[in-house]
This record gives sequence, structure tokens and C-alpha cells, in this order.
Amino acid sequence: MSDVKFSKEHEWLKVEGDVATIGITKHATEMLGDIVFVELPDIGTSVEKDGTAGVVESTKAASDVYTPISGEVVENNQSIVDDPAKINSDPENEAWFFKLKIKDKSEIDSLMNKEEYEKFAKESAS
Amino acid sequence: MGIKKTSLNKLHQTYQAKFVEFAGYEMPIQYKEGIIEEHKFTRKQSGIFDVSHMGQLFIYGKGDLTEDLEKIFPLDLKKLKLNHSKYSVLMNDDAGIYDDLIITKIEDGFLIILNAACKENDFKILSRLLNNKYKMVLDEKRSLIAIQGPKSAEILNQIINDTINLSFMTGGWFKYENQKIFVTRSGYTGEDGFEISVNNDLAEKFTKELINKGAKLIGLGARDTLRLEAGLCLYGHELDIKKTPVESNLKWAMSRERISNGGFIGSKIISEQITNGIKQIRVGIKPEGKVIAREKTKIFNDTELLIGEVTSGTFGPSVNGPVAMGYVDNKFSKKDTKVFLEIRGKKYPANICGLPFYKKSYVKGVNK
Repeated sequence: MSDVKFSKEHEWLKVEGDVATIGITKHATEMLGDIVFVELPDIGTSVEKDGTAGVVESTKAASDVYTPISGEVVENNQSIVDDPAKINSDPENEAWFFKLKIKDKSEIDSLMNKEEYEKFAKESAS
Repeated sequence: MGIKKTSLNKLHQTYQAKFVEFAGYEMPIQYKEGIIEEHKFTRKQSGIFDVSHMGQLFIYGKGDLTEDLEKIFPLDLKKLKLNHSKYSVLMNDDAGIYDDLIITKIEDGFLIILNAACKENDFKILSRLLNNKYKMVLDEKRSLIAIQGPKSAEILNQIINDTINLSFMTGGWFKYENQKIFVTRSGYTGEDGFEISVNNDLAEKFTKELINKGAKLIGLGARDTLRLEAGLCLYGHELDIKKTPVESNLKWAMSRERISNGGFIGSKIISEQITNGIKQIRVGIKPEGKVIAREKTKIFNDTELLIGEVTSGTFGPSVNGPVAMGYVDNKFSKKDTKVFLEIRGKKYPANICGLPFYKKSYVKGVNK
């Protein structure tokens, strides 16, 4: 899909109208290992581009989740809080993290497309 | 000096291990299936662990050796039967722990299994304490392979006949490919299992045979979640030079008689602590929710008083929830004491609990 964008912190973002759905990439889950805990931002919270917006914990370590753009949280995915293993099995689809009401659409322009991200992920892994 | 590799390094690569550096060795943290699957497989079937980075110290000697070692270790080594093992600690004069270890009586002396990060220092300390009186070999020519889990006895016995008849914490020399291998029924996962000391040149062949019989390679990640669920200490986390075996709740790793009679390094402090009590003690901690309390998480009581710190914490796959161990002020160490864990600025409720988190299934004796 052409409207999926990616950040250097390994988040993906999908835009529908003025709402963006955000999650972490498959590559991120592979680096993290088995995810066993997730903390999401509350609905109504304002988050700033590149600021922390949650935590994922694997059996090995805790990692912050960053938001690639600014906005207000309008929804969060409780199903991954109840069953964090979903993040490993379907990270770029069912296991989205939160939805934002987009504050500034121009922030999206600086993000990578799928091809660019795949190249970036490959390079940062080696 | 570069990073050291064990004799199974190539095999780890074949099974798509992710490597980490641990105590100067390149070791597998996990394989393709990941920590949770590896953990569960060990509890249900049989997991193979490359623990060749650990020290295998052979001390040879007759006569005085046992007595000399009793001046160091808090154990009844005179009563330790041939091929029997004990878990214990190496201490300094203040009863601070240099290392935790397993010591086995062998025909011509003792075999001591040491932590990888401590083994060189232990060797120096023991050489000094024994005045270089005995031949001591920190054997780098042998690999150490653990096989853990309920199917392990059956699997190992197909390769090395009669190992199934060993009782827990005993061992002996066996033959594999016409070479002597030392097998003990022991381990550090809370499961029945064995540790096998085998020549480096046979380690890969031996491990492949275990795999062919149904066991799987398991990484250090699952080893950590398994030992934590079993309530077992990890040096550098629960244990260090500033903690004594009384504080770390390892009184069981010392002989009662030796504690009352003294005469080993650290014995004064040990008996003093047992008589007068201690300030802090190692406990199990069970968070009420799903949040994981990692090492160094601060522990508070219900009046917001700082009472201790977490030393290990993770998600326990068999418990299916977070588990932790740590040290708390002795006054707040009672089972079911409500505590609060400060994680990312928020306080989460937890309870002091008994150990282990996961019930052990060691084989005590063998029914014939």
C-alpha cells in the first residue's frame, strides 16, 4: 500500500483521512523477540513527533515506543494489552498500537516509504 | 584478545542462533523459535544448553585436600560420598560471595563447576588459599553441555547407557566414543536433567546425537527465565561480593554442622548474622498485574518507604506472568507482604512470595 510510511525508530503509520494508525514494524518485533507486555498512551493524550508514546517489553528488555508524528490519541488497541503475543504474530496489521488525530500532515513527508524503510532496516541490522 | 567461542559455535550458527557476548564468550541468547518457545520446550520435553563457558576446575589430591577445602567451603566435604555433588559458595572473610558453584567428589579429588565470569578469579583465589599444594586444572579442553527437562533422562540414556540410574546431585564417569565423559544429574532450570563434561572434539557430535533423539538447543535467554521461575540465583544479580549466603537466603547451601562449628572462610560473619539477624534478605516478588519489574527497580512498602531493589525480573513463560527476585529490608520480607514497584515513574502493586515460582520436578532417587 502506498499510504503506509515508516520511521527510523521502526514504527509504521497508515493514514486514513485525518487519522493515522501507528504500530511497530515486523523488523522491530524480530529485533525485540517475544513481546510480553505493552503500555499504550491513554485516549485524549497529546503526543509530540518523536516523543515516547508507550512501551513494549520482550523477555529480554523494555523499549520505548515513539510516535512518528504529533497528534491526539483517539483510540488505543486494548487487544494487544491483553495478548501482547499478537504483536509478534501480526505486527503490521491486527496489532496496531494507537490512532492519532493528525496535527500537522506535513510531518508525514519526512517519513520513509516501504522501499526506503526496508533498505534502512537492512543497513541498520548489519 | 578476541571473543572466545565454544566448540558448539558452528552448530549454534546452523540453528540460527542470535549471539550475545557473555563473560567474554560469544553465546547464543536464543535460536529461531525464541525464548518463550524454548522455555516451554524445556519444561515439556528436553532442552540442550551449551554451558561450555563455565569453568570446570579439577583439583587433584588425597589426604589433606578434603580438610584444606573444608577450611574454605561451608560444607561437610569429609562426609561427601564419591560422585556426590553439593551446591555452595566461595566467600571472602566478610562472607561476601565470590562465586556460587557445584562441587563434586571424584576419585582423585574434586570437580568444581564455576561461573564463566568468575572462573579466572576463583582459580587465583583457590590457588592462593591452597598454597599451590595441589594440582589444579581449569580445563579448557572439555565442553560442558546441559540437557534439561522431563524427556532428558530417556534421551541421554539412549546415547549413554545407565545415566538414567543416577540420582539427583550425583554423577560419574561414563564412556562415549571410547572417551571418558563425566555426567552429573543436575542443572539450573528447575527440571530434571544432566550436565555432561565431554572433550571439545566430541562436543558437536554428542550434541547432534541429542538433537537427533528429540532434544533442542536452547539459548541463554530461556536459561534465565527458567532459572528465575525456579527461584535460583544468578551471580552478578542476586549474588555478589557484598552479599552473604545468609542474606541471599542460601543457608541450605551450607552445612548446619559446619555453621555451628565454624572454621571456614567467612564463618564468623555467618554465625553472627544467624544469631543477630540481617538487614536485608533475598525474596521472591510477584507483581499483581502484567508489568515487568527489571533489575534495579526500587521496592517500596505501603507507606512509601524505600525497602529494597529488584535483582532479576522478567516474564515467566510457565507462570504466564511477570516474576522477580530482589532484596528487601528483613522487616518486610514476610510472604504476602504488599509492596510497590516503581517502574517508569509509576508505582505498581506486588507481593512478596515464596520461591520457586514454578514447582521443581527433580528426580530424587530412582525407582527400580
